[in-house]
Amino acid sequence: MRSLRDALVTFRRAPLLSALSVTTIAFSLFAFGLFGLVALNIREALDRLEDRVEVRAFVAEGTPIETIAVATADIATFPEVLSARTVTQGEALARARRELGEFRDVFEGAVLPASIDVRLKPGFRSPATVRSVAARVNTYAFVDDIRYGEEWIQKLYRLRNIAGIAGLVLGLAFASVSMIIIGATIRMAVLARAREISIMRLVGATDSYIRRPFLLEGFAKGVMGGLLALLLTWLARLLIDRYIIETVFFDQRLAALGLLFGAMIGLVGSAVSVGRHLRSV
Amino acid sequence: MIRFFNVTKSYARTGTAVQDITLHVGKGEFVFLTGASGAGKTTLLRMVYLEERPTAGEVRVSGTSSLDATPGDVARLRRKLGIVFQDFRLLENRTAEQNVAFALEVTGAAKATIGPKVARVLTQVGLASKGTAYPRELSGGEQQRVAIARALVNDPFVLIADEPTGNLDDRATRGIFQLLREINAAGTAVMMATHNLELIRRQEFRTIEMNRGAIVFDSANQPRMAREP
Ligand SMILES: Nc1ncnc2c1ncn2[C@@H]1O[C@H](COP(=O)(O)OP(=O)(O)OP(=O)(O)O)[C@@H](O)[C@H]1O
Ligand SMILES: [Mg+2]
Repeated sequence: MRSLRDALVTFRRAPLLSALSVTTIAFSLFAFGLFGLVALNIREALDRLEDRVEVRAFVAEGTPIETIAVATADIATFPEVLSARTVTQGEALARARRELGEFRDVFEGAVLPASIDVRLKPGFRSPATVRSVAARVNTYAFVDDIRYGEEWIQKLYRLRNIAGIAGLVLGLAFASVSMIIIGATIRMAVLARAREISIMRLVGATDSYIRRPFLLEGFAKGVMGGLLALLLTWLARLLIDRYIIETVFFDQRLAALGLLFGAMIGLVGSAVSVGRHLRSV
Repeated sequence: MIRFFNVTKSYARTGTAVQDITLHVGKGEFVFLTGASGAGKTTLLRMVYLEERPTAGEVRVSGTSSLDATPGDVARLRRKLGIVFQDFRLLENRTAEQNVAFALEVTGAAKATIGPKVARVLTQVGLASKGTAYPRELSGGEQQRVAIARALVNDPFVLIADEPTGNLDDRATRGIFQLLREINAAGTAVMMATHNLELIRRQEFRTIEMNRGAIVFDSANQPRMAREP
């Protein structure tokens, strides 16, 4: 009760600094949130894409079908491989016609190479694994050419990593700034109450009792910053959804984690500062 | 109860404030602490409530030692001590009652017990009718009574008073001193630093005189007659 009242008192005493603390915490979490959202959506896209990841080994013309069948069975036993299938020249042509619909005439009389289509197990679809499987398939002498969605996927992966790192760096930068501002706010609050604090000490209040309202204040600011960040992120996502592409949002667990992280920034910022400044009162 | 064992306190910037003091103050005693300005009275008292720790030697107060007391130990010790100063140290934005209650609130006393205890000590110091007054609405003597009430509200075994009458006129001084005597008569020890030799001369209480950080006279050790001129 007292702590809560005291915590709110500093909001009145230093409204600008308090608002600034909340805002920087919000920005910190917003940076985490926004780039986190980007990373999340790329991941989501990758998951969908990865379902289709295939390594397709084109077989040199004139290779006996038995040789191809043996190799296919062989490849199917690779630990990363979900399935391997032989696609004959005829099948390849039929598939091309099917996929190209109205342009099927293009393939009139064309000869498409036979191939072995390899699908990978979930969990073995990262660019590195795809590349290593492709390399092994490529060792069969009759394999003419090998294709896999390497560049595409790698780019997306890289984009995801960049988004993640950018979010982390920006978020941490804002987190540091907010801690500094919280520190300054606490300093002012402690100095403004120096007299009261020294009397508390005189009559035997414990340090933890003296600290509590300051910590609570930091915590409250962190939670407020977290809520503000959630709101900002949600609005940003709304805009992206409307004008760019449809996206997925954080689930409740991640949102709660964000709030918790905000609360931690507030709490730790306060604790560090209050520890330092109480000593000088 | 309160023991000093060869206690020395030196400051880096000002040198030795208290030098090799060994002292025992027993239960329920009344002790005057006197001596010229800068003699070390305040420093000695600050070591009693562990606001300062000795540079050498040991202070032991009611089972708490300056050698190993944690901040928690110090907080707990202070709930058993009452401390008053020349400048009262009241909170201006709180009434007399609230100032006294403050000492109970911040030590986690049960809500229901606070009101009666505050009323009891305010009556004891003669301020029963001024509980709702703010410090600025009270005279110096009355403010000091509030401070004493606050010091008493936790039932301390000793009251430490550093020049409690330093800011008061003769009449108020006599009133405060009378109050301290009553408190002592009720069983609480009192350690009082003062420049008021008149006050001391008229009393038969134990008197300790300090000079340059050392005890130069203690009436508990030698009769008053033997005192140097
Ligand atoms: N916090 C401190 N830092 C440095 N020196 C100090 C400190 N407190 C006291 N001193 C020094 O210790 C010496 C004794 O000071 P102290 O306040 O104990 O004297 P006193 O007897 O209480 O004097 P007065 O009668 O004027 O109150 C002084 O020389 C002072 O400069
Ligand atoms: Mg002094």
